[in-house]
Amino acid sequence: MNSEITIKISGEAGQGIETIGMVLSKMFKDAGFSIFANQDYMSRVRGGNNFFQLRISQKPLFTLRKNSDIVVALDKASVDLQRKNLNPKGIIILDKKKFSLTEDDKSFFDLPLYELALKTGGSEIFLNSVACGLLTRILGLDFSHVERVLRFIFADKGEEIIKKNLDAAQAGYDHARDNFKADIFYLKANRPEEKLLINGNDAIALGAIAAGCKFYCAYPMTPSTSIMNVVAHYAKKFNILVEQAEDEIAAINMIIGVSFTGARAMTATSGGGFCLMTEGLSLAGMTETPIVVVDAQRPAPATGFPTRTEQADLNFVLHAGHGEFARVVFTPGTAEEAFFLTTRAFDLAEKYQIPVLIMTDQHLADSYRDIKSPAFKQLKTKRYIISKDDSKSITDYKRYKLTASGISPLAVPSWINGVIYADSDEHTEEGHITEDAQVRVKMVEKRFYKKMKGLEKEIEPPKAFNLKGADTVLLGFGSTYGVLKEASENFKEKRIGFIHLPQVWPFPASTLKKLLKNAKKIYTLENNAGAQLANLLRRETGIEVDKSILKFDGRPFDLDFLSAQLKKR
Amino acid sequence: MLEIKDLKSNDEITWCPGCGDFGILNALKKSLVKLDRPLNEILLVSGIGQAAKLPHYLNCNCFNGLHGRALPVAFAAKAANCKLTVIVTTGDGDCYGEGGNHFLHNLRRNIDITVVVHDNQIYGLTKGQASPTTDLGYVTKVQTEGVVLEAFRPLEVAICMGAGFVARGFSADSEHLSWLITEGVKHKGFSLIDVLQPCVTFNKQNTYEWYSKRIYKINDDPNYHPEDKDAAMKKAAEWGERIPIGIIYRNEEKKSYEEKRGLLDKPALVEEDISQIDIKPILKDFI
Repeated sequence: MNSEITIKISGEAGQGIETIGMVLSKMFKDAGFSIFANQDYMSRVRGGNNFFQLRISQKPLFTLRKNSDIVVALDKASVDLQRKNLNPKGIIILDKKKFSLTEDDKSFFDLPLYELALKTGGSEIFLNSVACGLLTRILGLDFSHVERVLRFIFADKGEEIIKKNLDAAQAGYDHARDNFKADIFYLKANRPEEKLLINGNDAIALGAIAAGCKFYCAYPMTPSTSIMNVVAHYAKKFNILVEQAEDEIAAINMIIGVSFTGARAMTATSGGGFCLMTEGLSLAGMTETPIVVVDAQRPAPATGFPTRTEQADLNFVLHAGHGEFARVVFTPGTAEEAFFLTTRAFDLAEKYQIPVLIMTDQHLADSYRDIKSPAFKQLKTKRYIISKDDSKSITDYKRYKLTASGISPLAVPSWINGVIYADSDEHTEEGHITEDAQVRVKMVEKRFYKKMKGLEKEIEPPKAFNLKGADTVLLGFGSTYGVLKEASENFKEKRIGFIHLPQVWPFPASTLKKLLKNAKKIYTLENNAGAQLANLLRRETGIEVDKSILKFDGRPFDLDFLSAQLKKR
Repeated sequence: MLEIKDLKSNDEITWCPGCGDFGILNALKKSLVKLDRPLNEILLVSGIGQAAKLPHYLNCNCFNGLHGRALPVAFAAKAANCKLTVIVTTGDGDCYGEGGNHFLHNLRRNIDITVVVHDNQIYGLTKGQASPTTDLGYVTKVQTEGVVLEAFRPLEVAICMGAGFVARGFSADSEHLSWLITEGVKHKGFSLIDVLQPCVTFNKQNTYEWYSKRIYKINDDPNYHPEDKDAAMKKAAEWGERIPIGIIYRNEEKKSYEEKRGLLDKPALVEEDISQIDIKPILKDFI
């Protein structure tokens, strides 16, 4: 019996790889397995090579494996592409006739995929269901599992479509029953329980909705776009106004405009779009307007790899915007954390009247895991604006009133009887333009020193695992959480601990100094070339790392890559 | 009843003596008195430039943001709270240069805001470079052999991109300008009022005298119908010996952004109770 299986569905863009991947993900999740699913797609709508990678196990999964056990090749090119990353006992399911392949290989399992699709459904579209039926059988599951999922997925497409898909799946299932007798891919499942299938972008969108985001505005940019899609899908239900901006400069200025009226607002983009937002970020800092901005990173500079992953915006996000002002930068590592930190971002943004940034990347954005729904429960939302009742008596309002905390009472225009002046120029407490040196000093202290002091007391603590007795401590931020977690579990006897940072600004310097006090060796694990986290650690704590394990090929870390690196140590 | 004195703010005015901006400030004050709306429901949004300082000189809400970025802020504030009367005070560089893209797309949105452009055909705050509306051939410290770029044509662009209220005023005729602003605010949709405004320090060509000799009031002509789009396009293009001022184009049929998005019957976004938003019902979609 296997402990885990990795399946890859490989083909051209436009062949429905995502659909088949999602059907399988849901089926295995519902059958009681843990899954980790991720897409590798090219920046094109048709052609090329895309694949959907699905890892299945009884134990919880957080990352990918390098090699596959089963490859479903939907086109000829996929056969050679995926062959090199096949496990010794692995198989490639392919349609030899369709691909005009005469060659034989012990890993090939021939399936008249296209013929069965045409025979059962009348169109090549149905090859997805044929493949799903086949895999159901090969993994030793009953046909009822795939039947249930197909009925669910195609529920609103009508009985005829459902029947064709079921016939196609049955044909695939029967083909495996008759031609693939081995039980080498059978897996033990847990008792099925209700779980969600959620990726990082879904989680951010859900977090925003739960936190009371009432205006979402963005310019579409991979890999951030699906956040906008999800919010837009639920906009009516939760009364959220969604606007597609003409550019990212407009997007950030729009959320500032909405926030000025007292409502919560957010935007998301990727590095290139975030470049355009930096002036607006500085505006939010200066005018003390609460905003939440997501940077879903992809490899850069410039257009880079539009559909792939990297963590190279760390320095940029920490320093983005001209001038000095307080900010918070969150770096969630899982969908659960992305949800929670998004709600926290809205809270801190409003409490401190600052921009809060959430950094994610394509890997976290597009990876699915099975998650229990209580992870997404809503905490009570607190508001920090002056309430409508309290507003009525206010006639003489100072937007930038100096206080010990640096935080001025935040009024809503039209609720108070007075008026509000907000300015991007240096300003007086009233909000009028000034060039007074003393006022300037007080305002910088307010926006920067005082707010940072408060924020340092609210840092999301680093998550440390297996540090006791560890001789090597791995340090990472953001989407490397999953690979760090599984590696540390696999290397328990070799005493590897790890620390994941869900927040990088304000930097948890004093906590890290304590956590790393006894570490003999410190490595950072980063999806970038510049060892940016290692540099940040040194700058903020004086601690120098022994090594940085870096990956900047546009692909995420996988467990096997990291294991190999750790064996070399 | 609102009076002019109610509009005074305690901020010191920093424009050059004789600046055309004073005429616009006076006209705006007259309009606000005439409109008689609660001052705490008026929001003036500006970017950067001399025009952008204007909101500080009035006793209304003010968001003075970044160069070129007044329109996205104004659009969003209005969309978030339709009860606000949102007026943008901007300049030719701010609105047609740095913020050109926002100008185009907010015309398309047809959001119900009034945009008053202090168009002095020059950059004042940076001391005399060409603006998008500087006339061809005008010599500056940068354009040393004269401007070679065609002047931007705000009125034609606005008509063609879908604005329902397009006007031109002259800062020295503050009664007429005040009428334009009042009508612009009353119009349900994007209103553009491009105001010819002499820069007494840096524009030696387009002076009070230069404008006064050329302008004429288009709406005095009983045969001119601002509802006629073709006629309006022609008048919007007229520049040189004769320059029309007044309501060049008017179309009250067009639906505003707020109408199209169903915002008019809804409370402002800030009024929504967000204390406990239950997302449980939608989690069933993520299975």
